[in-house]
Amino acid sequence: MTTHVELRPGAYADSVTLLQVSRTVQQLPGVDSAQVAMATPLNLEVLAEMGFDLPESTPNDMVVAIRLSDQNALAAALAGVDEALASKGKRSDGSTDLAPPRTTAAALRDAPGALVLVSVPGASAFVEAMDALDAGADVMIFSDNVPLEQELVLKQTAAERGLLVMGPDCGTAVVGGLGLGFANATAPGPVGLVAASGTGCQQLLALLDHAGVGVASALGVGGRDLSAAIGGLSTREALRRLDADPAVELIVVVSKPPADDVAAAIRDHASSLRTPMQFALLGAGQPDLTQAAEETLAGLGKPPVEWPSWGVPAEHAAGALLRGLFVGGTLCDEAMLIASAELGPVHSNIPLSPELAVDAALDAETHLMIDFGDDALTQGRAHPMIDPTLRLEHLAKVAADPRTGVLLLDVVLGHGAEPDPSARLAPAIRAIRETRDLPVLVACIGTSSDPQGLARQASALAEAGAEVHLSNAAAARRAVALIGGTR
Amino acid sequence: MSSPSRVVNVGADMFADAIADQATEVQRVDWRPPMVGTEADLATVAGDPLRRDANAEALKAMFAVQALLVDVAPASEVLDLKPGEFLHAGPPIAWADASGPMRGALMGAASLEGLVEDPEDAAALFESGAGVSLDPCHHHQTVGPMAGVVSPSMWMFVLEDPASGRRTYCSLNEGLGKVLRYGAYGPEVLERLRWMTAVLGPLLQTAVRQSGPVDATGILTQMLQMGDEAHNRNRAGTLMLLRDLSPAMVTSELASSDIADSLRFVGGNDHFFLNVAMPACKLALDAARGIDGSTMVVAMARNGTEFGIQTAGTGDTWFTGPAQVADGLFLGDYGPEDANPDIGDSAITETAGIGGFAMATAPAIVRLVGGSVSDALATTRRMHEITLGENPRWSVPVLDFRGVPSGIDVTRVCRTGILPQINTGMAGRVAGVGQVGAGLVTPPAEIFPEALAALASATRSRLTVELGLSDR
Repeated sequence: MTTHVELRPGAYADSVTLLQVSRTVQQLPGVDSAQVAMATPLNLEVLAEMGFDLPESTPNDMVVAIRLSDQNALAAALAGVDEALASKGKRSDGSTDLAPPRTTAAALRDAPGALVLVSVPGASAFVEAMDALDAGADVMIFSDNVPLEQELVLKQTAAERGLLVMGPDCGTAVVGGLGLGFANATAPGPVGLVAASGTGCQQLLALLDHAGVGVASALGVGGRDLSAAIGGLSTREALRRLDADPAVELIVVVSKPPADDVAAAIRDHASSLRTPMQFALLGAGQPDLTQAAEETLAGLGKPPVEWPSWGVPAEHAAGALLRGLFVGGTLCDEAMLIASAELGPVHSNIPLSPELAVDAALDAETHLMIDFGDDALTQGRAHPMIDPTLRLEHLAKVAADPRTGVLLLDVVLGHGAEPDPSARLAPAIRAIRETRDLPVLVACIGTSSDPQGLARQASALAEAGAEVHLSNAAAARRAVALIGGTR
Repeated sequence: MSSPSRVVNVGADMFADAIADQATEVQRVDWRPPMVGTEADLATVAGDPLRRDANAEALKAMFAVQALLVDVAPASEVLDLKPGEFLHAGPPIAWADASGPMRGALMGAASLEGLVEDPEDAAALFESGAGVSLDPCHHHQTVGPMAGVVSPSMWMFVLEDPASGRRTYCSLNEGLGKVLRYGAYGPEVLERLRWMTAVLGPLLQTAVRQSGPVDATGILTQMLQMGDEAHNRNRAGTLMLLRDLSPAMVTSELASSDIADSLRFVGGNDHFFLNVAMPACKLALDAARGIDGSTMVVAMARNGTEFGIQTAGTGDTWFTGPAQVADGLFLGDYGPEDANPDIGDSAITETAGIGGFAMATAPAIVRLVGGSVSDALATTRRMHEITLGENPRWSVPVLDFRGVPSGIDVTRVCRTGILPQINTGMAGRVAGVGQVGAGLVTPPAEIFPEALAALASATRSRLTVELGLSDR
């Protein structure tokens, strides 16, 4: 066994790209493991855990770390690294040989009127977003880990200038039909969404699409927008934009229950709009997202529809505890609300109340639901909608735990998400089902026009033995019923 | 809402791919992490409510200046320089820390002023400090190329901004080779300086006073379209100045042989206009000083030991680091080991957006500084990444008349790691040698995070709400 570690000062690629490079290199013959990453403290920790000895470095260095089972394979492995890194920039849209701009400000000089999409690491997102506002551009901030104070400054600045800040931590937006971040492909239609939740927005897009109702725009505002600290600054601007759009007949605001005075202020603001507005609030005692979609359909005068499912319904729980493993935070939240109402306390890394929090081991003696898209689990690695590795590892562990009675998962399709999630998840489910008669419930959030294809993904998961629902609430209710929903 | 006609994507490439897949134009930013340890300061400064308007104001003030050559006069008169007082290039420096060429120029100037007979004796004088003092040109509205040494008897160009009445100054250019500003102090150097004081200065004074102010900013506009970048190539500018002044020179009452010598001297010195371009740049940049919240660089200067910058938002503070050795071509048998670290106030041209920043407009000299024409185009484009705007007057024909990249932004330097590109001459490291080459140089990287930290600290002291810095 030989190891090779080298630093490449000045080399840079984003974490998603490096993940793909690492995976490509790992698959080369003679390579036991490989990690190509920026030398951030977190990545250095991962590399140290993998057993690599690391020289002094700065976060601006790229680390190439390879462990070889065949020491003669080093040259080929390094060539593989270079090739994989070189191919990352192949998809350029420019026809010229000009160097690409290095800052958002420089890019906007040549692209006035553009919308800016920011997904750089959280510590640098504010600076790029401020470039957009300085140039009079709307901005969507996908990045998480942006301090609240910075969010407030951005949104106050945008409000002064009549600009829209979507985010931070805004996973999904559809702007006049263009999907940004993780967005589902839907037809244009009469609904305008304002969403403080990415996956909550995606659930509505998916359900409305199934009901044949399109969406004019879905404007993300970030999970903290309706907090008392931010006061709904982006929500107001989003409402103003949607109200001005003649295509929009009904506005739906998707959010956790806002602070009382913020909710009152937004309702007050909404009463001045010509377009009717509904709240779809995610919280105890509130309708779930599926019921919100049904209310939206009713608000448009559409008949109710049946939400689809795939696969053979499971019959028995295989143990006492419900285990939910999610990539969508709002989907996790929704499932916890449904489950805890029937089953009692659900522990989580994003708990409904603080005493239900779990530590880094992500385990509990009660029902448990984990959001793998939470900030703490995405620092230094790609979101689980892009890279399912972390959840798959945990899935195998949880499935082998005899306490686990029912597994509840989500799969989120759309632009930006994994190109074929069932390719890795279906075999994992099949392997579980071959070992134990453990029910696996899956909420598959997507539309027929999504690049991954809703029917294809849902069928593949169903064939592997899962019971698949388009509605996350329906999947959660089925899971609760199997565990035996009696307090 | 209509869908955006295009999207600027900064961050994960896959999001850009997803947008391109929806048949929408994407501009991809080649984002990389900022200089190490600058994230918090960058965020603080980006959140400074004064920043955007302060930078716009700084840029506007710089562009509004029209620099007129209004007079030529001795430093003793216009700068009130007394015997024993010497100005020098760059940030403040003591004799003990001065490099070879800086010492050589000071020794020559001491001899020129009659403080010592033999320049070699001046070393002891400066070491003792008795009756001599050193001060940066920049602290006296003055700029000096290379060693930049100014002594009372030297004649100065006087530039004035008619709107404000502010003035800046620069000595007369001696030519290339063995000259004082490169640290040479032999008899021929001193003889030339004495002639400039006795003949050239008074003649130019007569000519400027008689023909009226010469529009230096206007000449710069034209020369940038004639292949000069106004730092290492000033050929067109020199000839235009000569064109404007020669009628009055010829009709002056001085001896015709002195006039002929002067015309020959100026016409034969391609760098003569540099000493007009530099104070014109300083005049423009000084208009941007003292603007709270502005992150614009208003001076870059080197004393042969240290490279220093000043910014609009941090008053008179110099942020300094070790001066680098230029990379370029050498005269004769000289090589890199003969070259002194970077020296001179002439980087004021780059600070104002010309010189290395306007390299694209001077393809004729790309070989002098060891580059190719495509390097030159790329350099000017790259400098747009770290500047606040484009000069509406000074444009580059080959780049579709795009204005030169103007107003170096400390934050963008820290964000991109791109350092200002400076065209420069190289002085020999041993006093008395003179010029050994020419080439390209950049400032030491660390002075930009230093300046940023000072800007951030100024922002913090103005703001009650700190931006995500509660842990500091």
